Amino acid sequence: MSIKLEWSRRRFLTTSAALGAGLAAPHVFVRNAWSQDKVFCNNPTGGTVTLGFNVPQSGPYADEGADELRAFQLAVKHLNGEGDGGMIPTFKPSSLKGNGILGKKVAFVTGDTQTKSDAARASAKRMVEADKAIMISGGSSSGVAVAVQSLCQDMGVIFMTGLTHSNDTTGKDKRRYGFRHFFNAYMSGVALGPVLAEEYGKDRKAYHLTADYTWGWTQEESMKNATEAQGWQTVQTVRTPLGAGDFSQYLTPVLNSGADVLILNHYGGDMVNSLRQAVTQFDMKSKQVNGKNFEIVVPLFSELMAEGAGAAAKGILGTANWDWKLDNAATKAFAKSFGTEYGRPPSQAAHTCYAQTLLYANAVEMAGTFYPPEVIKALEDFEFDGLGNGPTLYRGADHQCFKDVLVVRGKEEPANQFDLMEVVKIVPRDTVTYDASIFGGELGPAEVKGCAA
Amino acid sequence: MDALILQVLNGLDKGGAYALIALGLTLIFGTLGVVNFAHGALFMLGAFCSVSFAKLLTISERVRDESVTFFEAYKEVPYLEIWWGETGKSIVDWAVPLSLLLTVPVMLLVGVAMERGLIRFFYKRSHAEQILVTFGLAIVLQEIVKSFFGANPIPLAAPAALSGSADIGSLVGLHGISYPLWRMIYFVFSLGVIGAVFAFLQLTTFGMVVRAGMADRETVGLLGINIGRRFTVVFGIAAVVAGLAGSMYTPILSPNYHLGMDFLVLSFVVVVVGGMGSLGGAVVAGFLLGILQSFASMTQVKAIIPGIDQIIIYLVAVVILLALPRGLMGRRGVMEA
Repeated sequence: MSIKLEWSRRRFLTTSAALGAGLAAPHVFVRNAWSQDKVFCNNPTGGTVTLGFNVPQSGPYADEGADELRAFQLAVKHLNGEGDGGMIPTFKPSSLKGNGILGKKVAFVTGDTQTKSDAARASAKRMVEADKAIMISGGSSSGVAVAVQSLCQDMGVIFMTGLTHSNDTTGKDKRRYGFRHFFNAYMSGVALGPVLAEEYGKDRKAYHLTADYTWGWTQEESMKNATEAQGWQTVQTVRTPLGAGDFSQYLTPVLNSGADVLILNHYGGDMVNSLRQAVTQFDMKSKQVNGKNFEIVVPLFSELMAEGAGAAAKGILGTANWDWKLDNAATKAFAKSFGTEYGRPPSQAAHTCYAQTLLYANAVEMAGTFYPPEVIKALEDFEFDGLGNGPTLYRGADHQCFKDVLVVRGKEEPANQFDLMEVVKIVPRDTVTYDASIFGGELGPAEVKGCAA
Repeated sequence: MDALILQVLNGLDKGGAYALIALGLTLIFGTLGVVNFAHGALFMLGAFCSVSFAKLLTISERVRDESVTFFEAYKEVPYLEIWWGETGKSIVDWAVPLSLLLTVPVMLLVGVAMERGLIRFFYKRSHAEQILVTFGLAIVLQEIVKSFFGANPIPLAAPAALSGSADIGSLVGLHGISYPLWRMIYFVFSLGVIGAVFAFLQLTTFGMVVRAGMADRETVGLLGINIGRRFTVVFGIAAVVAGLAGSMYTPILSPNYHLGMDFLVLSFVVVVVGGMGSLGGAVVAGFLLGILQSFASMTQVKAIIPGIDQIIIYLVAVVILLALPRGLMGRRGVMEA
């Protein structure tokens, strides 16, 4: 009796598939067991790693967004070892090797935040889900930063904020996955208050026009506290919608309110509009109130806005995170590199985005992995120098950078088209450092399910 | 008291723009019976006529900027300045008023082309279809402007001599009332344009025929008058009025491609409040709502009802329409069929 083995094609296929699956199964389990703590959102597997740059390409902060994008492109170039390296040679302590990040070539995708929270979240989500971005950076609005930051926390993707100045970003809305290099409204107030009292006297009455969202509110509060501590009075605080365009109906009551200082808690396009209208249309700078010259203060000031506002920006006091004319090797290297590439010096928005990209890349190199909880650990309480601001601390308690703050003034006699601001005072880091607990908030966990789950 | 006067002044320049747009809308609605949602886009096109004109005047040569030493920098020097020195500079300075020379023919052309090329095919269609097609046209025009000029506002300055503010309080014996000069010029300008349109309609034969056509198109047609051609011209005039309004508004508000939409919605409220088909109503309601909006932004008012400045116009529109369903000066039978 012979046993007849009748192997049909179908049976052969099923058996071999089952066998194959059986053989492969332990391997799959082993691999999972081995990298159990390494499963995370968008772990780069190929030869490249993708960064997501989410900047406003339209809306009132679009000028900042355009400059941020230039900086990101330059940072990617330098990380990949192309160009003159910018601030990579000056950055200390640095683990950057100029061969990408962990040997992987850096690629990037971009999104348009439109200066709106919902649009920013949508484009960040797209970059994480469709383009597999390992990190998101950029943005030029605290409303956007806070919204994208909480999205990134949920998705397990590190968010290196761009230009965001609200106290809330690293205060009540801080997140474990969010990091801010830029300074904040509190620091602006502390730095600017004494200079204002020195320049304009202690007996002043201030009128605030404030952009009606998180940044404006905290900016107004910080400026109010800082000026009132110097003996100033606050006559009125008025909220204006973001992107209002025509601020005339808010400016008309100012001169008859008894105030002798106007504090414009506006930024970007809004600030350009309100300042231009206040100075060139309403002639406020040439008025006398209470026997004093009427003054205008823009607490958060930048070269881009000075460029937009033109002559209206002359003599206006404010604060800045950084300026391309600072006298240090890193600043000079960056300004030269950026200027050669784009024919214009970098703005503070560009600077912070460039620095954030380098800081992220360096933290990955330090951690030796893209795994976010390890990268976060490398960034927390990281003390560094050589990115243009002098010695800087990335405080672990709230993910806020602490460094010197600049008090600046719109230049009266510009030497050329780029010479729009002068640094009046460099306020040391210790003066602007505060207790992390004053703004509350919770960082949340480093281990999240994220988009890999 | 001073504060009240200032807010009235502030309402007048905004109201001027509303009135001019609403006037054109009403003119088109009254003659052609078309609800033109592309009218805001015409305002925006007018503003960009000024932008283009200013750009033409400042066609520049790239000159190496020697004062920048740490990289190769270039600055733009307008040819007008290179050729004619100070004269060239002051021509550039007066770009906005001069740009009206460009705005008028361009907008007339745009208006006539729009009417002949698109709108006339929709005379017999329902208002809903007219709204859809003109709204679509507005979006197309916006996107064209966006692709040429980008999405961001382009600042234009009033001539140096006309910027700054003037102390008009001293003229009437009141102190401390000074208001931006250009905004007052805009108000006077808008009154001038409104006056010209009314004079044209009231004092010329052409205007008389148009008014007759507005009242009874069929009868005028039966009298052997080609009313269609005249209405095309009316459409062109309405486009010019909107364009002039936009052109002169540029120093007040830096134009971007979206400018038209911002004004369109408000202008429709103005037309409805003024009364559909009533030219006088459109003008009165334009200024009225401009002033009301300005008052609502006063801190004393906002302290009572926060956020009132954003909704006042719509609130007033609701109240007026509840009390006077035909608007302030609306006629019986318009859009009531």
